[in-house]
Amino acid sequence: MSDTPIKPRPRVGLFATCVMNAFRPSIGFASAKLLEDAGCHVSVPAAQTCCGQPGLNSGDEDSARALAKQVIEAFEEFDYVVGPSGSCMATIRHDYPNLFADMADWRKRAEALAAKSYELLSFLTDVMGVTEVDAEYKGTITYHDSCSGLRSMGVKGQPRQLLGSVKGLTIKEMEDTDVCCGFGGTFCVKYPEISEKMADDKLANAAATGADTLLGGDLGCLLHLAGRLRRKGSPVKVYHTAEVLAGLADGPSLGEENR
Amino acid sequence: MEFRSPEFKTRAVHALHDANLQKALSNTKAGFVVKRAKAAEEMPEFEALRDTAAEIKNHVLANLDHYLEKYEAAVTAAGGHVHYATDAEDARRIILGICKKANAKRITKGKSMVSEEMSLNEALIGEGYEVVETDLGEYIIQLADEPPSHIIAPAIHKTKDQVADLFAAAHNKPRKTDRAELVAEAREVLREKYFTAEVGITGGNFLVAETGSSVIVTNEGNGDLTQTLAKVHIVTSGIERVIPSLDDLSVFLRILARSATGQETESYTTFSTGPRREGDIDGPEEYHVVLLDNGRSKMLGSRFQDMLRCIRCGACMNHCPVYGSIGGHAYGWVYPGPMGSVLTPLIKGMDGTYDLPNACTLNGRCKSVCPVRIPLPDLLREIRHNQFRQDMTPKRQKQALKLWRYVAERPKLYHFAERIGVRILASMANGKGKLRSLPFDPGWTGARDLPAPTGRTFLELWQAKRGDK
Amino acid sequence: MSSRDTIFKAIRQGLGRGPLDDAARKQLDARIANPPQHIRATVDDADLVARFAQRFESRSGTTERIASLADVPAAVAALAESYAIAPSAVVGTALGELAWPEGWQIDHGAATIDVMLGVSLAWRGIAETGSILMLSGPDRPITHNFVPETHVVVLPVEHIVRHYEDCWVALRERGQGAPRAMNFISGPSRTGDVEQTIELGAHGPRRMHVLILG
Repeated sequence: MSDTPIKPRPRVGLFATCVMNAFRPSIGFASAKLLEDAGCHVSVPAAQTCCGQPGLNSGDEDSARALAKQVIEAFEEFDYVVGPSGSCMATIRHDYPNLFADMADWRKRAEALAAKSYELLSFLTDVMGVTEVDAEYKGTITYHDSCSGLRSMGVKGQPRQLLGSVKGLTIKEMEDTDVCCGFGGTFCVKYPEISEKMADDKLANAAATGADTLLGGDLGCLLHLAGRLRRKGSPVKVYHTAEVLAGLADGPSLGEENR
Repeated sequence: MEFRSPEFKTRAVHALHDANLQKALSNTKAGFVVKRAKAAEEMPEFEALRDTAAEIKNHVLANLDHYLEKYEAAVTAAGGHVHYATDAEDARRIILGICKKANAKRITKGKSMVSEEMSLNEALIGEGYEVVETDLGEYIIQLADEPPSHIIAPAIHKTKDQVADLFAAAHNKPRKTDRAELVAEAREVLREKYFTAEVGITGGNFLVAETGSSVIVTNEGNGDLTQTLAKVHIVTSGIERVIPSLDDLSVFLRILARSATGQETESYTTFSTGPRREGDIDGPEEYHVVLLDNGRSKMLGSRFQDMLRCIRCGACMNHCPVYGSIGGHAYGWVYPGPMGSVLTPLIKGMDGTYDLPNACTLNGRCKSVCPVRIPLPDLLREIRHNQFRQDMTPKRQKQALKLWRYVAERPKLYHFAERIGVRILASMANGKGKLRSLPFDPGWTGARDLPAPTGRTFLELWQAKRGDK
Repeated sequence: MSSRDTIFKAIRQGLGRGPLDDAARKQLDARIANPPQHIRATVDDADLVARFAQRFESRSGTTERIASLADVPAAVAALAESYAIAPSAVVGTALGELAWPEGWQIDHGAATIDVMLGVSLAWRGIAETGSILMLSGPDRPITHNFVPETHVVVLPVEHIVRHYEDCWVALRERGQGAPRAMNFISGPSRTGDVEQTIELGAHGPRRMHVLILG
């Protein structure tokens, strides 16, 4: 046995958010690549489905609890749970423990999981110490701070720091980058007109930067914004930040025709 | 005040198409948001003060009965009267009684949201009193016969041109369009009212138990003229607004103006303690405080107790992108925006208020600026839970949630369904990358396309490549 | 049951307890008698007078230094002349007997609707925010602070304190509890109610001038 303690490769369970799983597999592969490049061992448990947020935010706590248990069981064996979404990861980190306020056993397990749950980019920088990536993207981007990532998970400087290391990429900050884009989960279908107005405010700010690409860290917001851009016939491309950082933003952007 | 929260959806859409309103709302950012950020940044102690303010409020709430007793005793010792009102009707009865006894004809009013809760103006006018709102914003909307759309800037939805029209019609004077001239005209018109009113009604931002003082924080000075020049001064406030000592008050003075308007301090912080004293040559002869419960005591000890910390600064609505899109009237009652979306269902009941806590993206910007750290998104979500438990969630949504849960609890079924779903959507998109319409569209494609899936789920691709289990 | 009783009962029910016992009440009363000292804004300026003036002026107020109380009438007269205000003012007797220039009409009563100029003695000035603290009393009519279009306040330098809290200490030393009215005034009356653009002189004084005495 060696005297030098060998830091084992942390075992990371990749949380494949339900929207990403269905709409944008490349974000999952980008996440895995970034994690592996940072020295992690990545697994994607097949027993995972949804974090439970739809129920939680719609008043159905029982459903949220049931799905939370499933996530806890699927992921508690890992050193870390990491997902390319501030929103889902905030649910695991901040809401799971509260869901089990009256169930001591589950609360303990929920707290243990919460403590090792991270949004992807902040995990890379804050835990794994990644300061740069080896990727190239030719274009000017503007970055939208998705609300859960920003306010619940403290994601702000990390994506910008990593994007700063991408060759060929220029960052132009937009006004009100920290203001909600109007997605808000079911909000965007329950109050579509308000959601549309908020999207247009966001997109006007993005357009004012002259950026050709809009990036963000939550696919829900991005589907909403890309959908609005496509409807308006705008050529602005939309990618998840991880896709750009992993050099996987070479395919069609969200809502873009196959090339 | 008329209760129109049940019409939220239609009024919100109407607001989105109201060009004047949209123009007026676009001033909010420069007017409030930028200034607040600067004020907070310039004060290194600001975050610590927010913590302290929340602690003081929590301490008061835990001992509310005692502090109310202390406050009441101090007011009484200073020659004033404290009245308790369980609800709006009770409050109206008390205030109408005071006005009648004072032989009042004309009543001036400083801004008071609690008096809006009481529907006080309607009651006073119904009894034949002339009621004059003296806060410029309140005066403007009184002329327009509209309720306030913001708790500290009640006429925020009005443009200068609309104000000019209202003044020209009401004052019988040539229409003015210069802002300073408009303000001067209101000053002149209202001045006479202050001097001839028998009763002056103001709000109370804080009630200091130590001294028995009611405190108002204002910029215009109308509250001071209202309460100093009338024979009878009536303060309307909520039972939760008491704080122990002047030293506790200092904390709130440091955060209120900064949070509300981004000012270091407002122009006037005014303490009133009882009626005119022996030898005084001005000030009211009678001093009354009407403390309104109206559902507040029910929040104590509940999951909504944190809401009682609210100091009515308006920061939450100033920073709310939904409020910023639709303004205050769509919310349909006294309190709009995030704090209103919590308070209205709690005070007015769950009936007719369904949309308020739901018309929120839970983006958390309100919470991030609340000076007393009220976890507004959590409270809004909590109300959604109550709605769900009380079976108020729309049937279609409930069924969807049920189905989602059923499938999501069965990973094999879930992944099978997702695989089928993404194939269908991808083939519908037919290489275009997007869908312009959807069968069973829940509301997505009205204003946006749906970026199409690529045809395979992440898990199936991953498993094919990596064989992970 | 009276509304008061109903409310107190509901409060205690909400809090899940009956009335507080004597020990708890004593503790709360002690907190009022001896209030906790909370965090304050840092005011490390050596020169509180300068800080006061700078903060007060940041909100469109004006200040001027005078050497003695006897200088007040001349300073007021000069100000009146520069703004074309008639030589007439309401003046609190707290300022004592002042020798006003010939032609000046001085009234010590409450301000009436037509009064254009008020001259008052401040009780304290607060350097932290550049605010003055006015107390009401027979010799300090409160209407003088709000009715006139122009308000001149005499503030002795020895009464400029660092924080709000210094005023509380002074008030408690003064005894008599709180005066009927007490106003922190931090500049001219203002409003942002028309399109969020600040206009001065909404209802209270359009101009505020502080004569810093000493």
